[in-house]
Amino acid sequence: MKEKLIVIGNGMAGIRTVEELLKLAPDKYTITVFGAEPLPNYNRILLSPVLAGEKQFGDIVLNDDAWYTANGITLHKGKEIVKIDRVRRKVVAADGTEEPYDRLILATGSNPFVIPVPGKDLAGVVTFRDMYDIERMLAAAKSHKHAVVIGGGLLGLEAANGLIKQGMAVTVVHLLDTLMERQLDRPSAALLKRSLEERGLTFLMPAQTEAILGDTQVRAVRFKDGAEIAADLVVMAVGIRPNFTLAKSAGIHCDRGIVVNDTLQTYDPRIYAVGECVQHRGQTYGLVAPLFEQAKVCANHLAELGYARYEGSVTSTKLKVTGIDLFSAGEFQGAEGCEEIVLKDAGRGVYKKVVLKDNRVQGAVMYGDTMDGSWYFELMREGTDVANLRDKLLFGQAHLGDSGHGDIKTRVASMADSAEICGCNGVCKGTIVRAITEKKLFTLEEVRAHTKASSSCGSCTGLVESLLAATLGGDYSTTPKKKPLCPCTEHSHDEIRSAIRDQKLKSIRAVMDMLAWKTPDGCNKCRPVLNFYLLVAWPGEYVDDNQSRFINERVHANIQKDGTYSVVPRIWGGETTPAELRALAEIAEKYQVPTVHITGGQRIDFLGVPKETLPAMWGDLSRAGFVSGHAYGKAIRTVKTCVGKNWCRFGTQDSTTMGIELEKMTWGSWTPHKFKLAVSGCPRNCAEATIKDFGVVCVDSGYELHVGGNGGVKVRATDFLCAVKTPEEVKEYCAAFLQVYREEAHYLERTAPWVERVGLAYLKRRVVEDEVGRKALAQRFRHSQKFAQVDPWAERAKGADRHEFIPIAQIA
Amino acid sequence: MSSMGAMKKQQADWIEIGALEDIPRQGARVVRGCDGDIAVFRTLDDEVFALRDRCPHKGGPLSQGIVHGKKVACPLHDWKIHLETGMAVAPDEGCAARYPVRVDAGRVWLMLTPEEGAPAS
Repeated sequence: MKEKLIVIGNGMAGIRTVEELLKLAPDKYTITVFGAEPLPNYNRILLSPVLAGEKQFGDIVLNDDAWYTANGITLHKGKEIVKIDRVRRKVVAADGTEEPYDRLILATGSNPFVIPVPGKDLAGVVTFRDMYDIERMLAAAKSHKHAVVIGGGLLGLEAANGLIKQGMAVTVVHLLDTLMERQLDRPSAALLKRSLEERGLTFLMPAQTEAILGDTQVRAVRFKDGAEIAADLVVMAVGIRPNFTLAKSAGIHCDRGIVVNDTLQTYDPRIYAVGECVQHRGQTYGLVAPLFEQAKVCANHLAELGYARYEGSVTSTKLKVTGIDLFSAGEFQGAEGCEEIVLKDAGRGVYKKVVLKDNRVQGAVMYGDTMDGSWYFELMREGTDVANLRDKLLFGQAHLGDSGHGDIKTRVASMADSAEICGCNGVCKGTIVRAITEKKLFTLEEVRAHTKASSSCGSCTGLVESLLAATLGGDYSTTPKKKPLCPCTEHSHDEIRSAIRDQKLKSIRAVMDMLAWKTPDGCNKCRPVLNFYLLVAWPGEYVDDNQSRFINERVHANIQKDGTYSVVPRIWGGETTPAELRALAEIAEKYQVPTVHITGGQRIDFLGVPKETLPAMWGDLSRAGFVSGHAYGKAIRTVKTCVGKNWCRFGTQDSTTMGIELEKMTWGSWTPHKFKLAVSGCPRNCAEATIKDFGVVCVDSGYELHVGGNGGVKVRATDFLCAVKTPEEVKEYCAAFLQVYREEAHYLERTAPWVERVGLAYLKRRVVEDEVGRKALAQRFRHSQKFAQVDPWAERAKGADRHEFIPIAQIA
Repeated sequence: MSSMGAMKKQQADWIEIGALEDIPRQGARVVRGCDGDIAVFRTLDDEVFALRDRCPHKGGPLSQGIVHGKKVACPLHDWKIHLETGMAVAPDEGCAARYPVRVDAGRVWLMLTPEEGAPAS
């Protein structure tokens, strides 16, 4: 027979414990829940948005009646337990209902603290704790004007913000001279006060309430100094006290809360306690994250697994006032032996302070820009030595080893998988990304449903959305942020690509007709895009439209500022011979090339060649065995190599041959943007493979593959994709990576921003984990190469596109 | 240009430069003159325009740009030039000289004197 488990308290902590238990041991207990409120289990943290009118009660219900039924749980709503009979192991409700238990969970939460002043029981004096309080405040806001909120802490400010949104004139009374003194230091509290004042709040501080005045209904509030202010509604939000009356009356040891051990058991081992009613190692908690951590441990013990221990929580705070970003954690005030690193930009309303001791983060306060809060919190909890990061610490995680990207998406992309995204529910990045990919989630709601991330206080919603965007990449274009390709169309890159594929559109004309282009023949932005997408979609079938190519790609040379062109022959892997060099030298002299330059990609560049001369010069190059180097195109550019183990005493593999093989495989391919490769023979990385689109670093055991790097305006180092053993594997992975890039990146999107947009995890899945998919991608790449590996120079030397290179008429 | 009389009178100035088919649709060809190059454009609808082959911005060869609608995009810095007027598309400011050009029985005729009001270079 199943054991009987009773939960006293239908709130967040109690029900979360039940949820965790159902995950671990769904059939172990017959579960009964008693709730004093006549309401379903709801998210108490979101009462503030309900008060502010941003959410309805229905939005914050966590588990409806159907959930209890589906899980076989008996729920007694509106039944307050008044007695625990520990000898007979039963509980008794106010209405006389009795229920026996084998195990019992106390989740009785806390009570708002009411300051003992005269008038505290007048009508119109409320606390800020449950839905009943909210209803009373909303009712007051309808008919009354003046609200006074006593308490300038987290709770008080959220209440004040809600009431002002409801149209009341709100004065916040605070005992001290700074707001939220338990979470903020003076500068950040001042910034907060300023922006709340801009929203219309009035502050009276420091001020001590002496009495609340009125006959039956509140009329005014009087202070110690004798001053009075009018009030139709007074909200007491000065704090909470653990609710342990029931436990105490049952003879369970209580101090400031119900005292529990590391498995959340009270002094009666059959009775557990979780949540705000608990005192653990001398601490009580009023935030949600610790409750959820406790719920996990408690459930683990109830399931008789017994390997989880609760050792206390390190907490961080965010304020749930829309438009105000605030984060605080740990010992943010600093103390003896601590150092502070501070960034303050009052004009922008940004303040960040990180407190260090012995190069370890002790605490942090942030205001205005809280994006890196979770990172500091993680550094703090892990006790990471930040000596090497100190100079960049305040600029955020994304600035480590990166000279440019600083937007939220790239910052999310740069977070470690273990970084915590949702502090309330303790959900880290890796868990969310895994859920998105494995369960094919597309919306914020789905992520909330599956992982609980951002489902409690909601302040990490932006982060979760960025993760969705980063993980889904192109697929996340369902958001209204859709951007048309150019003013000629309403459609985005991704829509156009899928139309080409699904509707089997095989010419630029067909695409423009089907998608109702707004211009007769597009523009110089969209035509090259369409040409490329068609080329990738229909290899061997689509006829390249020269007139939709930029001049460089149309004439296979790079236009210079004076209208002449540059010519860069391909030198496979950057390795050449005296005979080749001699041939190049002769050709340079024959055509009187003004400048010969060695490029960054280990090639030779002839600059200043007039257009008319190109075909003849190409003919000579062709006869000497050279083909086009595609230095002019959105195409495979070069494979840079070092000499590798053939010569270098550090070399581990034959990097030169590897590079030549890669170049022979990939040359001629058109890509969304230029694509550069490199192969380094050892981790010293002389070929600079880690700033290439595809880089190979040889190691003793094989080859490390790196992707998504570039030099350029924003230097970005590659991400490590995977390690492989053989040159064949290198080529297969390279072909597959290139093909995903060709098929899915937006035209003119280099691999660096693309990798950040779609997420490395996505690419790993496509190229590394999915073997069948990888082979199919590589196969598609090789198929398209059959049509691409035709030397454009040789063709033109023989007369193709002759009109491009000569004037239509010469007038003497 | 439309009346036969006028054409005859100016015939000495009209030069036949080649067949319409020699110019690619949505493209251009260059006429190399002693005073510099003239770009002769052909639109999707077979309309033909002629401009001095120098972008008013930094002298880029307009003949090498992508022709779309009745505009060309300069290959150097992506200024757009109206083929009908030679004017740069706002907000850029500048003008390339226009040359009279016409198509007659599939042959393209050009005058080497810029149209009135157009800058000389």
